[in-house]
Amino acid sequence: MKRIERQGFGQFLFYNWRFDDDGRPRSDFNLNEEQYRNATILVAGKNFGCGSSREHAPWALLDYGFKVVIAPSFADIFYNNCVKNGILPIALNQEIISQLFSKARNGYELFVELDKQQVSDENGPVASFEIDPYWKEMLLNGWDEVSRTLSLEDQIKLYEEKQFVGE
Amino acid sequence: MEPKTIIEKIWDKHVVHEEEGSPDLLYIDLHLVHEVTSPQAFEGLRMNNRRVRRPDLTFATMDHNVPTIARHIINDPVSKVQMEKLEENCNEFGVEIADINHPDQGIVHVIGPELGLTQPGKTIVCGDSHTSTHGAFGALAFGIGTSEVEHVLATQTLWQSRPKTIEVRVNGRLGSGVTAKDLILAVIAKFGVNAGTGAVVEYTGEAIRNMTMEERMTVCNMSIEAGAKAGLISPDETTFSYLKGKRHTPSGAAFDEAVAEWKKLATDPGAEYDEVLEIGAEEIEPQVTWGTNPSMGSSVYARVPFPEDYKDPGDQKAIKQALAYMDLKPGTPIQNIEIQYVFIGSCTNSRLSDLRSAAEIVRGRKVHEGVTALVVPGSKSVKDAAEAEGLDTVFKDAGFEWREAGCSMCLAMNDDIVPPGERCASTSNRNFEGRQGNGARTHLVSPAMAAAAAIEGRFTDARKVKPLVV
Repeated sequence: MKRIERQGFGQFLFYNWRFDDDGRPRSDFNLNEEQYRNATILVAGKNFGCGSSREHAPWALLDYGFKVVIAPSFADIFYNNCVKNGILPIALNQEIISQLFSKARNGYELFVELDKQQVSDENGPVASFEIDPYWKEMLLNGWDEVSRTLSLEDQIKLYEEKQFVGE
Repeated sequence: MEPKTIIEKIWDKHVVHEEEGSPDLLYIDLHLVHEVTSPQAFEGLRMNNRRVRRPDLTFATMDHNVPTIARHIINDPVSKVQMEKLEENCNEFGVEIADINHPDQGIVHVIGPELGLTQPGKTIVCGDSHTSTHGAFGALAFGIGTSEVEHVLATQTLWQSRPKTIEVRVNGRLGSGVTAKDLILAVIAKFGVNAGTGAVVEYTGEAIRNMTMEERMTVCNMSIEAGAKAGLISPDETTFSYLKGKRHTPSGAAFDEAVAEWKKLATDPGAEYDEVLEIGAEEIEPQVTWGTNPSMGSSVYARVPFPEDYKDPGDQKAIKQALAYMDLKPGTPIQNIEIQYVFIGSCTNSRLSDLRSAAEIVRGRKVHEGVTALVVPGSKSVKDAAEAEGLDTVFKDAGFEWREAGCSMCLAMNDDIVPPGERCASTSNRNFEGRQGNGARTHLVSPAMAAAAAIEGRFTDARKVKPLVV
């Protein structure tokens, strides 16, 4: 968390779970198993990203190679931070998550279609998911949010005059 | 007019732009900046050739990484770079900064209120989840990520979806010697770490009305641990008298005008929340957490639970994992848990009243053998005020270390780290795995409970450790 760049955090992802005190991969942590090495979808437990405002968490997920996180629920700030870095957070109910946990081995593949808001596997649809249209558009088009806001500069100025901001 | 909650009043007043299918564009009145979550944001401005839109509404300090022993010796070169970067960025973009040697330096959530920057009705953001602290003044204050820090620096606004509203009503009065920290820990233990997801919480009720501003800050500080985006309290006379005479608060006739406006903010009678949660203040006893999230806590008179006490298999698994990390056996009385470290500090509990309540217990006593105990004031001015009334001597005579202001052992980003396997009674806000150091075991408590644990070497009811007359 002390770095001043956005890149290079993947090596620290889940560090104390992935590696032992000597820096060797722990055999009992699932990301270290061969079958999960190249996974791009992370399935996780409830309240994922709990509490932290640190964008270092999504930077680490992204740098490691994850593009989608599926969990029963997400912490608010973490959810926003994911979207702003091009990671799609998907909230699904606990029952489906539990099924995914039991299916997710030996080459099981999951497909995520953001435009259709659907998760499916080789047998067909698994679940559909909700996403705010604003976030969806942002993820699909990869727009620069600051530029979009600056196009509303006149309204911001008007607000400042009306509210006497800073006077 | 339709009765409104304070949350809706502040929200409605700050909407700059709204459109169908999109969050609202909210104006931000105060942006607090620190060294950890800002370097990439300033870099983003630089790369796009943008300026800070309102440096006058932006204020920076250094707190997370700062050393608390010798101010000039920063052992970790990476920490040093982060602090130097903040200084450089503030100079380049014209942002006021209280750097490591500045008399106003301190934890960002301690100095905002101290300087009177925090005021009722404001929208306040900072790249830190404990920004909710400022809600104690009736401000809408919440933590943001680094992309949002950049967005606020460039535009002084944020796209935000209108939150759900929750009232947490605290009925009755807290018992004598039961603190604001015990209340918020009990709220989180009762309703869980997901209770506030997607919502802003307003705390109401007699126990809240009776609290000082510093106590209210402790409560609002941990709103995020209950999953909420923000927590706030409608302002009242306690709020106004705290703010009077603060450096950035209006003075003279302008102050009276401000108060008249602030009085209109309080939630209207009959206003409706999306959800109401109630807790009785009388039933709350001094709290200690035993697990690895802030809801895993109980009364000091309870025992460590059995995983089988929980119905949900997921909860059972989580409890098992937590107890394994904490090295605790189910059924152990909380009062039998021995500690090796004590940390009194953090944005939750490092203000003058916190230090006073700990000092009252410590005065004339000695820290238990084998216990390392630290007091880290929340700001330079808290430290000065505590020294002026001799609290530093009380702590030092008892064997505590008396440090410089900063975040310190709350999150172990500087040299103040709890070693692996050691157990710490901490007045901070998070007991996650590794929070205070790799393998460190954190028990969250109030300052009085931490002081009592320092003396006894184990948890005990602080109300029973009577002040000595010395």
